Amino acid sequence: MPTPERGATLEVSIWRGGAEGAMRTYQVPARENQTVLDIVTYIQRELDPSLAYRFACRVGMCGSCAMTVNGRARWTCRTHASRVVGPDGKLELRPLANLPVIRDLATDMAPFFDKWAKAGGRFQPKDAKDGAVPEEFAVVPPTSKQRREADAGIECIGCGVCYASCDVVAWNPDYLGPAALNRAWTLVNDVRDGARAERMEAVAGDAGCHSCHSTQSCTERCPKQLDPSASIAGLKRKLFWDTLLGRRG
Amino acid sequence: MMDLRPRSHPTYLAFLVHRISGLLLALFLPLHFWALGSALRGEEALEGFLRWTDQPLVKAAEFGLVVLLAAHLAGGLRVLALEFLGWRRRQKDLVALSAGLSLAVGLLFLLDVL
Ligand code: SF4
Ligand code: SF4
Ligand code: FES
Repeated sequence: MPTPERGATLEVSIWRGGAEGAMRTYQVPARENQTVLDIVTYIQRELDPSLAYRFACRVGMCGSCAMTVNGRARWTCRTHASRVVGPDGKLELRPLANLPVIRDLATDMAPFFDKWAKAGGRFQPKDAKDGAVPEEFAVVPPTSKQRREADAGIECIGCGVCYASCDVVAWNPDYLGPAALNRAWTLVNDVRDGARAERMEAVAGDAGCHSCHSTQSCTERCPKQLDPSASIAGLKRKLFWDTLLGRRG
Repeated sequence: MMDLRPRSHPTYLAFLVHRISGLLLALFLPLHFWALGSALRGEEALEGFLRWTDQPLVKAAEFGLVVLLAAHLAGGLRVLALEFLGWRRRQKDLVALSAGLSLAVGLLFLLDVL
């Protein structure tokens, strides 16, 4: 969209309701500098205080502001309106797909994070059981292969964009999904972690990494430019060799 | 109707091509086995079948078939490269490469049969 003229308005249609509901349209003044989240906030403050949505940091760190913007899952606090509003000045906002809608633009993220837990997403210090602080610092060379694998996936903000973009999540409600599996792969490569064997069992099988069809929608859409699909491939590869060489307990 | 907007990116297309070419090939297989079977039944049956395949329409279909086969092979190589070699974002180029490769194989075949 070119720089909006003075007095121009955007036609923003937003999902209102829970699982059942309808789109409602609002007229919002176009500004030269505004994010999609700014637009939603404007609507809630100036036009309709009953609109439900979620955000916290507004700088792309907390992962709470993701929505479906013109059909595609995005973080809204760092999506400039000019990148998504068409020449017709229209914008369509819906809650994230593949998650229960609480109301309007707010989804229930519980199933998403429950799957992180199921995928063994919690760090289990090897030499300090029950989460105690280890006595010594672990030395992990930054150039080691495992460290590089772990680094590649660690910046996940838990926004759910990948989860909402994954067809397999839609087809198989039990599928752990790209974010949880990316987390699992990160921990599998964390040499300080002591729960690798359990974690590998948790991510094997039908609800785990083997369900992934490598469509790479997750990688395509992740706002942090992570590559969950490569992490899932890593899990598959490890399970393949572990199984073949009889290393699985 | 399925919303295509969330799925409009190259690797999704690669997934679709791989899947659909696989399904179409599976449909073709019975015909293939039937042709092989007719060879067992004797020269005449096979001859008849081969004459049938000389028609232009059947020739065109054969071209499609070879492209399908090449596309499916290339798609398989893509997945193998992703899963066993740990290729990451570079995959996009790989998708383009497999598309080009399957078309090239198809065209080669076409040149051969004409
Ligand atoms: S690559 Fe796998 S996890 Fe990622 S979107 Fe596709 S099916 Fe889902
Ligand atoms: S992997 Fe990317 S898209 Fe998925 S939850 Fe993490 S930051 Fe969001
Ligand atoms: S509001 Fe925190 S990531 Fe967008």
